[in-house]
Amino acid sequence: MAITLSGDQAIPGPPLSSRLTPAQVWGIILLAPYLLVFLAFVVYPVGYGLWLARAPSNYVALYNDPIFARAAVNTLIFLVIGINIKMLIALFLSGFFAQQRTWIKWLSVIFILPWAVPSIPTILSVRFMLNPEWGMINHYIFSLTGDDGPNWLNDPTVALTMAIAVHIWKSLPFWTLILITGRLAISHDLFEAAEVDGASWWQKFRFITWPSMQTLYVTCTLLSMIWTLGDFNSVYLLTGGGPADLTHVLATLGIRYLRLDQLSLAMASIVCAMPFVLPLVYFMMKRLSR
Amino acid sequence: MKLPSLRDVATEARLLLIGIPVFLWTMIPIYHMFLFAISPKEDAFSGKLWPDHPTLHNFEIVFKQQHYFLRDFYVQFWNSTVIAVSVGVLTLFIATAAAFSISRLKVPGGRAVLNLALFTYFIPAAFLAVPMYRTMGNYGLLNNHWSLILAMVTIASPYAIWVLKQASDKLPVELDEAAVMDGATTLQIFRLVYLPLMMPSLVAIGTYAVLLAWNEYLYAFLLLSNDRDITLPVALGNFLAADDSPWELLMTTGFIYALPPAAVYYAFRRYMVGGLTAGAVKS
Repeated sequence: MAITLSGDQAIPGPPLSSRLTPAQVWGIILLAPYLLVFLAFVVYPVGYGLWLARAPSNYVALYNDPIFARAAVNTLIFLVIGINIKMLIALFLSGFFAQQRTWIKWLSVIFILPWAVPSIPTILSVRFMLNPEWGMINHYIFSLTGDDGPNWLNDPTVALTMAIAVHIWKSLPFWTLILITGRLAISHDLFEAAEVDGASWWQKFRFITWPSMQTLYVTCTLLSMIWTLGDFNSVYLLTGGGPADLTHVLATLGIRYLRLDQLSLAMASIVCAMPFVLPLVYFMMKRLSR
Repeated sequence: MKLPSLRDVATEARLLLIGIPVFLWTMIPIYHMFLFAISPKEDAFSGKLWPDHPTLHNFEIVFKQQHYFLRDFYVQFWNSTVIAVSVGVLTLFIATAAAFSISRLKVPGGRAVLNLALFTYFIPAAFLAVPMYRTMGNYGLLNNHWSLILAMVTIASPYAIWVLKQASDKLPVELDEAAVMDGATTLQIFRLVYLPLMMPSLVAIGTYAVLLAWNEYLYAFLLLSNDRDITLPVALGNFLAADDSPWELLMTTGFIYALPPAAVYYAFRRYMVGGLTAGAVKS
């Protein structure tokens, strides 16, 4: 396809213009801004970071740091347990929100709120609710049972569970919305036919809904896992990595090293995550760039 | 008149049994924030579901900057606005040009650039933050608004290019050919044919980039540190520095900060959902 340019925009010099059409020259010019951003803020930082993390002594230091091991385990718990629970709830709720009721339509508008508002104020709001002395939750535990409630964020297991809960609170609406579009794409005739045949609720799910949604569901789960690796806010703003640095995940640990001026350790901890991240990214790119 | 059957009532009850917990789960943290914003300090800490004396006094303190933590409230609000709008404009410019180049002009290597962008999109932002911080230091941009703007453009562009490329692939190629027949230059096609047809996607992507930048905490807190340079979320995080943080003021400021993105989201929801089906918006 040849697109003619006015004379003053033609590129001089035979080697380039003989191989490229004017449209392609414009193509390169228009692509240049992104390429510049990519080179300056992705290629250079990543290359520089890898260079900083090249010394094997960094990995020895990481291996000997109990906080790193703990953060790696926490990250796995966050991904394997947290994300799967979230996606199962999203799958369940997508069925609920696909019901044709006016009040459910209104509820779905409200349900989007956690995703529409910034995470900082809402996470801090939860943080105060969990405050052992002044928080609303322990206040009600006390007035109902007469006992002091737990010191929520002072127990590493409870604190990490709460961070996962905050993460679910924030991103559940988004994944539910995606799965609703998946459900609505299923032909309604199938369900009517199943109704006529007297299929049970479970049979309809097992033989109609799930087969048409499983690809989407698996894609969403993997995508959510990749992105949750970068979820800094849920942990940092709720627990700050505490108590005693026991609730860090890889995202907050990298920043912790950075704040302690141990940049090479920060990069090394990220490099350690790459064997898990890159296959997932490769798989996702295969799926999405078809 | 037909009475609802027992089965209908049971179905409705079961739906309510799901709907009520969903409503409570969604609203409690937001209501808690709102409750603090309208409560005097004593009420806020008493655990009541509604304050004895609801008041707008907290808002007055924030808007008059009458507290140590709030003395630069307007400057920080302005910083957030300028940075979010700049990121929106720059992302739109870079991504639209790139999508036009890849999808319509079929530039050689366009496919490879798209794959690189997609790859960047999947790298968790918190991982890129560590080397990005050092890079901005090397470029001498730390504590400069440009550092945050450029970092957010880097993060927003890949998804923007991907969505815009998908959308522009759907435009019929005959349009370009007809314009070429009429003697239109490439830039005229871009301006007069391409941009008007892409408007709905451009609105969605612009909104996406603005919200992403407005909501960003991690990059903002790494790259900016002076009280008069930081954005609102960083200022909110700084409240926690003191042991006796004024939580009712923190929640009031947070409430004010959360209103614009929520309003923008609901105003552009139609476009956002359209953009959603094109793929997946980064949460």
